Amino acid sequence: MSGPSINPIAAKAVMDGALAPQAQAGGRRTGLSARIVWWLVFVAGVIYFIGPLFATLLFSLKSRALPTASTDWFSQNLSAYTNLLADPQFTKTLLYSFVMGLITIAVSISLLVPTAYWVRLRLPQARRLIEFITLLPFVVPPVILVFGLIRGYKGPPVPLTGSDFGSNVLLVGAYVVLSFPYMYRAIDVGLRTIDVQSLTEASQSLGAGWARTLWQIILPNIRVSLLSGAFLTLAIVIGEYTIATFLARPAFGPYLSLIGGNKAYEPAAASLISFGLTWIAMGLIALLGRGSRVRVQVAAAH
Amino acid sequence: MSFLELTGVRKAFGATVAVEDFNLAAERGEFVSFLGPSGCGKTTTLRMIAGFERPTSGRIAIDGDDVTWRPPNQRNVGMVFQSYALFPNMTVANNVGFGLKVRKRNADQIKKRVGELLELINLPDKGDRYPWQLSGGQQQRVALARALAFEPQVLLLDEPLSALDAKIRVALRLEIRQIQRQLGITTVYVTHDQEEALSLSDRVVVMSEGRMEQVGTPFEIYNFPATPFVASFVGQLNLLPGTVVDPKAGTLSIAGQPLHVSRPFDFAAGRNVNLALRPEMASLGTNGGENHLSGKVVDVSFLGAIVRMRIRVGGDDGPIVSLDEFNEPTLVLPGIGATADVSFPADGPLVLDAGAPIERVEALIAEA
Repeated sequence: MSGPSINPIAAKAVMDGALAPQAQAGGRRTGLSARIVWWLVFVAGVIYFIGPLFATLLFSLKSRALPTASTDWFSQNLSAYTNLLADPQFTKTLLYSFVMGLITIAVSISLLVPTAYWVRLRLPQARRLIEFITLLPFVVPPVILVFGLIRGYKGPPVPLTGSDFGSNVLLVGAYVVLSFPYMYRAIDVGLRTIDVQSLTEASQSLGAGWARTLWQIILPNIRVSLLSGAFLTLAIVIGEYTIATFLARPAFGPYLSLIGGNKAYEPAAASLISFGLTWIAMGLIALLGRGSRVRVQVAAAH
Repeated sequence: MSFLELTGVRKAFGATVAVEDFNLAAERGEFVSFLGPSGCGKTTTLRMIAGFERPTSGRIAIDGDDVTWRPPNQRNVGMVFQSYALFPNMTVANNVGFGLKVRKRNADQIKKRVGELLELINLPDKGDRYPWQLSGGQQQRVALARALAFEPQVLLLDEPLSALDAKIRVALRLEIRQIQRQLGITTVYVTHDQEEALSLSDRVVVMSEGRMEQVGTPFEIYNFPATPFVASFVGQLNLLPGTVVDPKAGTLSIAGQPLHVSRPFDFAAGRNVNLALRPEMASLGTNGGENHLSGKVVDVSFLGAIVRMRIRVGGDDGPIVSLDEFNEPTLVLPGIGATADVSFPADGPLVLDAGAPIERVEALIAEA
């Protein structure tokens, strides 16, 4: 006796229909637990990140003003901050590090943009070598670097450590090396987002030379990458301690270390101020790069 | 003296020869296309004219001036790129005016010229837009305007339409030709699209493996191909292997069936040859000419205005003949496997040397 014939497609449809609510319920449960896990991880991350900052903030606010201080709220509760800002060394060292940072950025960009551009355009085979060189600061500790610099430049043929200017030059040189991994990668990523060869050739076919092509075509189109590399460099330079100490430079890093040894609350306040400055720098990246991101998104939509 | 001259130009990248013995003399205002499959050396030749590549040997001259060793920014040659290469940080007007700014023209001159060119490309109100705010076709028109703004001696276009969809491609190629005629600028156009090359050009240079296969008008290239490669690359082509029976009488044998060819050929009796026959030359039935081949229908494809049929002649191992019939309501299409006759006139086909293996020719067609 033959049984009733079964249409396999119809049977599959029925099975799908029967299983669908179950599968949907399972999917909902999975989605919900995934969301809970995601939130737990997020909250844990936030606590891990914010916790120490909050503790530092609370600690910095424990400072009490001297009896001779003004009785206003700021002087009484933010004395670590007001003391710090009243200390001329704070402003002086911060300004010094800031200026060194700006010079470092200018030198890094002048050195690395043409290098990365040329490697991408004409020497792609040298890319690995250049990448390796730019990663060396991760391998060579700053203390080795600064001892090498001091030994190399303490006397002829290029005596630099004997004067303030010479030491500043050495400091900038060392900072440029320290910024290599961040700056080169930022520039390289920027160059990857544009068609370097076509833009260069288009510019040349219109009569432009190398300098104009680099200045008017390439640099404006990697602006966001340059900014991110620049601010990372600035953040590194402002907090750098080892090289500035060994070269006896009045930088912010050694200043932080100095007040850390002598005062209780001010280092916490100084850390938060430098942290705030870094965030302002990050905000500037986002602000200045906003136009470019819009362009990229719209271009991708075409 | 011709306006653009390439004499004995050769380009080698290490052991690989990209372009060999390239000679071209283009007149002022002429539109020349380089046509060929990928890797045939057409873009390398164009880049040598632009100055982006230096020839290994040979000479390039524009209006009698030797520019072989001159850098690209000193050649006065405008170039349109496949990827448009518009400067993303500049508006359309600034893109178009860039070449003039480099040449230190004053602001009024630049503004006037940019306005003229935006009118020319029918984008007069798009000057303040950025490239990303334009469609692909509009971007390519801006790239064309930018290349023309500084009045170059030669305009080079490197597959400028290949990134666009079919309709825009056709519209834009007409526009390019119209603008080129209007300005009378000597133009070199690189493409792998034979339709583009044939419809746009005064002359076409067909290239293969770094060599010039043939230079001629589109009419000559299509109707009188000089080599098996040109015959196969330009247009659709049947290549039917056969044997010469009597060269004086122009008779051959294809799949054991006798044929007569009126175009003279220089092959001895018994020589293996290829009969090159365009699909549009062949007809279904016996009314298409004095030559008849019998076979079985393998395939019928409806292509809109044309119906293409493939008929295997002379048994199961015989060659396949493709033929085109105009689509008419009265057209009776044979079924697959039905017996059918193919006919064509004696002056239709060309007899080509079988020394160029059919496999190679087919591979080249597939590659293209």
